[in-house]
Amino acid sequence: MTINELERIATQVRRDIIRMVHGCQSGHPGGSLGATDVVTALYFDQMDIDPAHYRMDGEGEDMFFLSNGHISPMLYSIMARRGYFPVSELATFRRLGTRLQGHPTPMEGLPGIRIASGSLGQGLSVAVGAAQAKKLNGDQHLVFVLMGDGEQEEGQIWEAAMYAPAKGVDNLIAIIDYNKKQIDGSTDDVMNLGDLRAKYEAFGWNVLELSGNNMQAVVNTLKFARENAFQGKPQLILAHTEMGMGVDFMMGTHKWHGSAPNDEQAANALSQLTETLGDY
Amino acid sequence: MEFTIQNQKDTRSGFGEGLLEAGRRNPKVVAFCADLTGSLKMGDFAKEFPNRFFQTGIAEANMIDMAAGMALSGFVPFTGTFAAFSTGRVYDQIRQCVAYSNKNVKIAASHAGVTLGEDGATHQILEDIALMKALPNMTVVVPCDFNQTKAATIAAAEYDGPVYLRFGRPKVPNFTPVDEKFEIGKAQLLQEGADVTIFACGHLVWKAVEALPILKEMGINAELINIHTIKPLDVEAVLKSVKKTRCVVTAEEHQRYGGLGDSIAQVLALNDPCPMEMVAVDDVFGQSGTPDELLKFFHLDTPDIVEAVKKVVARKQ
Repeated sequence: MTINELERIATQVRRDIIRMVHGCQSGHPGGSLGATDVVTALYFDQMDIDPAHYRMDGEGEDMFFLSNGHISPMLYSIMARRGYFPVSELATFRRLGTRLQGHPTPMEGLPGIRIASGSLGQGLSVAVGAAQAKKLNGDQHLVFVLMGDGEQEEGQIWEAAMYAPAKGVDNLIAIIDYNKKQIDGSTDDVMNLGDLRAKYEAFGWNVLELSGNNMQAVVNTLKFARENAFQGKPQLILAHTEMGMGVDFMMGTHKWHGSAPNDEQAANALSQLTETLGDY
Repeated sequence: MEFTIQNQKDTRSGFGEGLLEAGRRNPKVVAFCADLTGSLKMGDFAKEFPNRFFQTGIAEANMIDMAAGMALSGFVPFTGTFAAFSTGRVYDQIRQCVAYSNKNVKIAASHAGVTLGEDGATHQILEDIALMKALPNMTVVVPCDFNQTKAATIAAAEYDGPVYLRFGRPKVPNFTPVDEKFEIGKAQLLQEGADVTIFACGHLVWKAVEALPILKEMGINAELINIHTIKPLDVEAVLKSVKKTRCVVTAEEHQRYGGLGDSIAQVLALNDPCPMEMVAVDDVFGQSGTPDELLKFFHLDTPDIVEAVKKVVARKQ
């Protein structure tokens, strides 16, 4: 897929995010907007997946886990646009009886969600387990996991970070949505994360960095990481992103981590995002 | 029924043998252990199936979620550590990724209760049944001796869904038949009687067996039912017995809040209220000591069951 096509998809995903969160007046737009480019590139270009024949066991395809489950609007939009379920279902986000729960779950039968997330710090461990299962099955596919940067404050992350290199889990590519913001403020103020690159390298990971809202850079780095898998080490990508990317008044602040825009703000946001694929 | 002690064995060794057997029967059975391979008796499995055994180090949260991740691909993971670290320490991991996500993970929990002994209260968890039975989708199994723990482990491997399997450290009388099939959710009638029903689980099943002849001498004909599956509870068996005996004693190595007695009390209150006494730990933490000393100290011994029966039978009259 061309970079231009990926960017067009990402723009529509951003519209979907604004409309979903506005529609139910709840959810997490900031992080969703920031991580859109990376996950769009994964689902539409870099992962070997078959949405039409979705299997819970992920056998014979790449697997993706969203550890920071609160940015679910982004994932739901991308999955719908990729064909996992009808785009029209995005209108049910966070409403009673929906398969699109506030945080992702397999329990409502939504194709493409394999495990629940929302309570932070757990996705890396799940991904390590799934990656080891692929090794046991002789399945030469990869496991991807996206984590938040604030989530790095959870101790369990570092249990998994220690395990994966120690046991040679090299079919795993973990990505940190490094927007340097969390609910209470900047990560520097809440809990200085220090040198994440050095920390992961010290734990034994190969670490890459990319500009997470530059589609060309995202695709190039993901491709590089794919090509460098199966060489004895897990890989970590620090994706430098901007929370709220694409909507001017949502950028440069942590205010939109978990707040919904009102009618006027939503209209303003949507005026900044071209409808490229048709709204749901 | 005749109760014959075949030998004295620890239930954790029953788990170890059951795991090995389950692994031989099904190549999808895998095992994780957080640095307690010897204590959990998982060494034979690790030796025979080195590729299917995962040493996680002392990192229980990571272990539970890795097991959930591996279960996605059709594997049947067992996680092994002490009951204290299998539940309270990893409650959120079990809740989100095992129970809520309904993954086929078997949580093997050893050294439960006060019979862990000298290590004391930090390790003697008495709240684990309460924690686990509160979770939707979770099955809670508490076998009573070596043979039954082995059979329960094999049954857990064959069952599709999350299972919490609780067993212990000390050597105790091994009296259930070798290779008796274990049916999850089916109460086990050990002794028919007419005057009182004793519902017991785990190590206290044998203590209840010891109480039977003492009660008989007093003229009390007790029915004994082993509730090896706390959840789902065999409600039918409970009500059938109570209809006949009209009074109940429960016996468990667990807090009285949230354990077996609590489950039985709910069934009685909702369906067929009758007098009930509970032999359980009374809202206190454990202590260091030998297993036998601790069972006496916390009133979980045979004489305590006898006293509870006398009391409840008197209340009935």
